Amino acid sequence: MTMAHQHAAAAKTQRPSLTKTQNWPGRLVVYGAVALIGLALAFAPFLFPDVRSQEVAARICVFIVLVASYDLLIGYTGIVSFAHTMFFGLGAYGTAMALKTMGPGFEAILLGGGAGVVAALLLALLIGLLSLRVKAIFFAMVTLSAASVMMVLASQLSDFTGGEDGITYSIPKLFSPATELLTDADGKALRVFGVALNGKLALYYFVFLSALALFLTMTRIVASPLGSVLKAIRENEMRAEAIGYRVVFYRTTIFCIAAIMAASAGILRAVWLKYTGPEVVLSFDIMIDILLMVVIGGMGTMLGAVIGVALMTLAQYYLKDLMALGAEATANLPVVPDLLNPERWLLWLGLGFILLVYFFPSGIAGTLMGKGGSK
Amino acid sequence: MTLNTASLPARIRADIDRFGGVLWLPVLLAVIALLLIGQPSTWATLTIAGLAMGMMIFLMASGLSLIFGLMDVLNFGHSAFVTAGAFIGATVLAWLGFWVTGGNPALNLAGLLLAIAAATIFGALAGWFFERVVIRPVYQDHLRQILITVGALIVAEELVLLIWGGAPIPVPRPAVLTGSIVFAGVSVEIYRIFAFLLGILVYVAMHLVLNRTRLGLLIRAGVENREMVEALGFRVDRLFILVFMAGSALAAMGGAMWAGYQGLITAALGSEMMILVFIVVIIGGLGSIQGSLLGAILVGLMANYVAFLVPKMALASNMLLMMAILLWRPYGLLPAVKR
Repeated sequence: MTMAHQHAAAAKTQRPSLTKTQNWPGRLVVYGAVALIGLALAFAPFLFPDVRSQEVAARICVFIVLVASYDLLIGYTGIVSFAHTMFFGLGAYGTAMALKTMGPGFEAILLGGGAGVVAALLLALLIGLLSLRVKAIFFAMVTLSAASVMMVLASQLSDFTGGEDGITYSIPKLFSPATELLTDADGKALRVFGVALNGKLALYYFVFLSALALFLTMTRIVASPLGSVLKAIRENEMRAEAIGYRVVFYRTTIFCIAAIMAASAGILRAVWLKYTGPEVVLSFDIMIDILLMVVIGGMGTMLGAVIGVALMTLAQYYLKDLMALGAEATANLPVVPDLLNPERWLLWLGLGFILLVYFFPSGIAGTLMGKGGSK
Repeated sequence: MTLNTASLPARIRADIDRFGGVLWLPVLLAVIALLLIGQPSTWATLTIAGLAMGMMIFLMASGLSLIFGLMDVLNFGHSAFVTAGAFIGATVLAWLGFWVTGGNPALNLAGLLLAIAAATIFGALAGWFFERVVIRPVYQDHLRQILITVGALIVAEELVLLIWGGAPIPVPRPAVLTGSIVFAGVSVEIYRIFAFLLGILVYVAMHLVLNRTRLGLLIRAGVENREMVEALGFRVDRLFILVFMAGSALAAMGGAMWAGYQGLITAALGSEMMILVFIVVIIGGLGSIQGSLLGAILVGLMANYVAFLVPKMALASNMLLMMAILLWRPYGLLPAVKR
């Protein structure tokens, strides 16, 4: 059984009692798409050996964890947080600083990443207890302010974080492209289907398998009794409280879990990129990306996160190329080339996003599978 | 009534409230800052800078707060109006050219007022469009409101980039408002005085409209209990659009003022200010003009004092201030409604 089938199997157990038979074609499409994405990611180094595709595949793996953890908040519990990049950044910066000071080694990743995760947990606990008892909108503002303060801190405490330039460091030797995992008769790295079994491959599978494990953990969490309570809180907070569930406790718990997951994704990102800076882990653009991915994929569905991330990331990398072509083709017209300028791609994405929220508020997966993520 | 220990703090609190209560917080902050800074002249300069900055933030925050109070809509796209206001103000100032930079003070002022008026009018019109097209379909649905307004913010920022480009734009400052005057050893930038006066003027105008007119009465009643106002036969949705336009216009006005203050603006201006605006609205309490003013002055003073004392902590200090106030009063200092 491949990894991707495990994906689908794990997700199928998610809500067995709510299966709506009339939506089976839609569900099939969603499962098929997710299985396809899972397969493509599992064999990415062999299917798409060029460097850029590897970059895209690794980014998709990391963002699936990040976006799914965000979906735990926005989709499953109805909490709108803008601090997700803050936790992502804590994991990444913890790992980066440890790798920089302690030298490349797994104990540095473990220690630094661990410290980042613990910091994220404590901060989430603090913010959660402080402000999760008030309205959603209030919480959104508090997290937005907290995230921007973290960004300012990261760029100003340049002695530790490298400021705007970020930190560049080396990662354990096992992951360097020069390392040969298996050698052939000539003493070079063994090639399988034309792909060298070197450290780069080990690094990709480290990222992929960790991301898969984290994702499966999250699908398990939403299928657990905790997941049901969260959905109850999302649907009707008062009623959940009246039945006897302490809403603040559950909200804070899931906020902490999501923070831990985001920080773990940050560790993966830091190890893969060998660089950590405000632009790649903390910026508000990334927060917007996460938000778009969750909503496009479908809030309140773990599979939606996979679809949203894959679509958005592919669009980010390849839609720009397409727009550049369009701009060239229409260079003689007055306004059109400016509108099709690759730098303006967010304009189109933003418009598409607004329309999506109007007409398909439950996103691609939610609409196809006939279950709304949120009210 | 017997006096027991349990009621004592409540009695003290009531006494404090009677003498203005939380309104003394900025004074307290200023006194603490004076003790820490030590030099009265530096302190005075910082205080005036803080007040001026606070007033400009107040312009941006009051609209947001009022819109939330009346309509229960938190507009994350509010910063788009600030950015648009700043760029339109800058464009008009640059366009007027000699009016602004020339030696005639009357023309200078007229030019600046024209720029601010253009930004404000644009803000009102854009607010009308925004309310009609973007927000109207998603009333009563907070999650989608946040998502849609964030989407609209993205689009608006991209449009600004499309029209004005990504490079920073210099803003010509009217000749009469450049430089500073020295009064009793304290040097004060003239533009700051102007900003402060304009802020006070807007606050007084809003206060009068809200408290002395029939329209204000309806708005305040709507903030307090919307259903009841509707049941009495008033068209609350018309009030909504009016308040939304006014709030957006104020944001654009604040943006134009801020552009003149900064002298160099980029499309990121709105989002940068938005953090402070959110902190102000949270500190002040949602839906309250007085709260916004109090919060804005606190934030402005704090930002300037801390920027002088511990430069690296400037923004973090306001965050800490917000945390402290939330711990003390979870709904802000002067909330209009507790929801």
